[in-house]
Amino acid sequence: MTGPIAVSAPSAPPSTALLARRTPVAKIVALALFTTAALLTRDVAALGFALAVTFLVAPLFGITPWGLLRRGWPALLGAASVVVSLALFAADRSGTVLFAAGPIVITTTVLVNALSLAMRLLAIALPSVLVFSTTDPTDLADSLIQHARVSARFAIGALAAFRLVGLLGDEWRMIAMARRARGIDAGRNPLRWLRLFASTAFGLLVGAIRRGTRLAVAMDARGFDAGLPRTVARPMPWRPADWLLIAAGAALATAIQLIAHR
Amino acid sequence: MIKLEGYGWRHAGRRAWAVRGLDLRIARGERVLLLGPSGAGKSTLLHALAGLLPEDSGQAEGTVEVAAARTGIVFQDPQSQLVMSRAGDEVAFGLENLGWPLSRIWPRVDEVLARVGFGYPRDRATDALSGGEQQRLVLAGALAPEPDLLLLDEPTANLDPAGAALVRQALRDAVGADTTVVLVEHRIAEVLELVTRVVVLEPGGGVRDDIAPHLLTGPLGAELAAAGVWVPGHPAAARRAAAPPGDVLLSTHDLRVRHLAYPDTAVRAGEALAVTGPNGSGKSTLALALGGLLPPASGEVRSPDGPPHRWRARALAGRIGSVFQNPEQQFVTASVRDELALGGTPPARVDELLARLRLDHLAGANPFTLSGGEARRLSVATALAARPRLLILDEPTFGQDRRTWLELVDLLAGLRGDGHGVVTVTHDPAVVDTLADRVLHLERAP
Repeated sequence: MTGPIAVSAPSAPPSTALLARRTPVAKIVALALFTTAALLTRDVAALGFALAVTFLVAPLFGITPWGLLRRGWPALLGAASVVVSLALFAADRSGTVLFAAGPIVITTTVLVNALSLAMRLLAIALPSVLVFSTTDPTDLADSLIQHARVSARFAIGALAAFRLVGLLGDEWRMIAMARRARGIDAGRNPLRWLRLFASTAFGLLVGAIRRGTRLAVAMDARGFDAGLPRTVARPMPWRPADWLLIAAGAALATAIQLIAHR
Repeated sequence: MIKLEGYGWRHAGRRAWAVRGLDLRIARGERVLLLGPSGAGKSTLLHALAGLLPEDSGQAEGTVEVAAARTGIVFQDPQSQLVMSRAGDEVAFGLENLGWPLSRIWPRVDEVLARVGFGYPRDRATDALSGGEQQRLVLAGALAPEPDLLLLDEPTANLDPAGAALVRQALRDAVGADTTVVLVEHRIAEVLELVTRVVVLEPGGGVRDDIAPHLLTGPLGAELAAAGVWVPGHPAAARRAAAPPGDVLLSTHDLRVRHLAYPDTAVRAGEALAVTGPNGSGKSTLALALGGLLPPASGEVRSPDGPPHRWRARALAGRIGSVFQNPEQQFVTASVRDELALGGTPPARVDELLARLRLDHLAGANPFTLSGGEARRLSVATALAARPRLLILDEPTFGQDRRTWLELVDLLAGLRGDGHGVVTVTHDPAVVDTLADRVLHLERAP
């Protein structure tokens, strides 16, 4: 290999925040309970409660509320576009008219519906950001194997694949440059752009499959999935605090539903 | 330890046998270097010894017996061997698979990391290591379960000279005396001291020679060199430019690309420039910037027709041909002929290139099924299709056997003789010695 190798920043030290260092499986179970309750409600007050809780516990994951907004920007963008498109195209325009300009009629019902949908999106996305941005992939695989009895074949295989995905960005840039060197570019023609995109993606796929196959052979050669009983090098104890986290997730989920059905 | 009798293997869907009629015995503790030109089946044999040829992936004949309790194998490319994101976990991975008790795993990990001279703590991110360091880590992972047979498939081929030296040092220090080693390498001068026996495979089947390492320096060495094997003491004759260089095709001025700064340089017609330097010195990045594929961060790349990165792709391909390190990244069609005809190359030119680069018998083949040497020749042919005056190649000789290597160097020397400018990014000292008129040596960025 020549040239500057892709050097990612050394991985950040594991967060020591109270909730960030809980077992990944416990975090995911609590997250599932919490977001399911949010998904099942349209009540603005209940969703507001869920979002308020999310921002309040963010520091316990070692993330400031502002940092959460920054990491969750795609969700914020999605929520904003939900509000705008519903305000423009909603079918149900009953309720008091708040604003009318030509075809755009915004009523209280429109506003409440849009707000509820946008908040639901955020109440699912932002807690997920909290949990997954504080969970190391290796720890997640270890925890899935040790606490959720997921097969090592799947968990470690997925982990190795995840590592390769990180290389795809560089590979894409190389293939795109190689296409240009061959005299192929799209100019302003959208159809040619689409064709070029497809052919670059195909090149990427061919490379990914080759690399994946080689990695699979290397893993086989080291006895992976050879049918021997596997041991774990990084035992991860399940602590009472992990049960507490799940219980807290369940309690908050119940609270969301109680507010919704008050 | 190893007993092969009349062994042969044919990959599914291929007409030719990868290896055939092989009789070979290797005793415990021997260190064997496997030699042979491309296509002699060296890698296939290593896969067979490692038990990595599933019965349904081809056809076997004869017998292969390997009496090893544990086999370790190291391949060429560290990036497609690393499984975990932290160095210690990577070494522990194999031990977990084999069911080692936890109490023994981490002491063994630390011991092996120390033995291969890995200078970082266990939690070092594997992506942040250089190629040579990664390959040392891969070696540590292979050695951790105490293999009695270690198979090495060109473990240094992907590395710069410093990285390759690191891996050889680790092999010298870390492999126990009772471990049997079978090694495949193209460039053998540096590894000869590590082995006790040299086995030369005959393309088409069987063992051609089975000798002590020092015999490679005799008349046999000359014979093997002629057959395409890299043998020490048989340097290629230098190809010197017959005429002084012509007009300037490209020049750089205070060039910075990404975070890397480059000394001012110029490329002339009829001149071969070699760009050398360790990994991380930005050789490939410079090649991309000269080739009009990466815009400068500051400064400029100047040519009589303006800055190359602003040209449309079509104009670029007609002025500068770029050959990437990995040829497959440049292939876009389903046949060798289509690949050359891309962008409206006249059929006569396509035929000329096919003949010149000995690809005519492969005109209908899919580019992705070519061997390493063939794919390299095709990637050079595609870069030449639009008759650019400047050719920029990134590690063109990497992983090639001696015959393909000589062909490439002759081709590049011929292009220079025809008035082309040739820029070669390389860490192959033989390319510099035989071809380069001028060397631009880059240092690693601080």
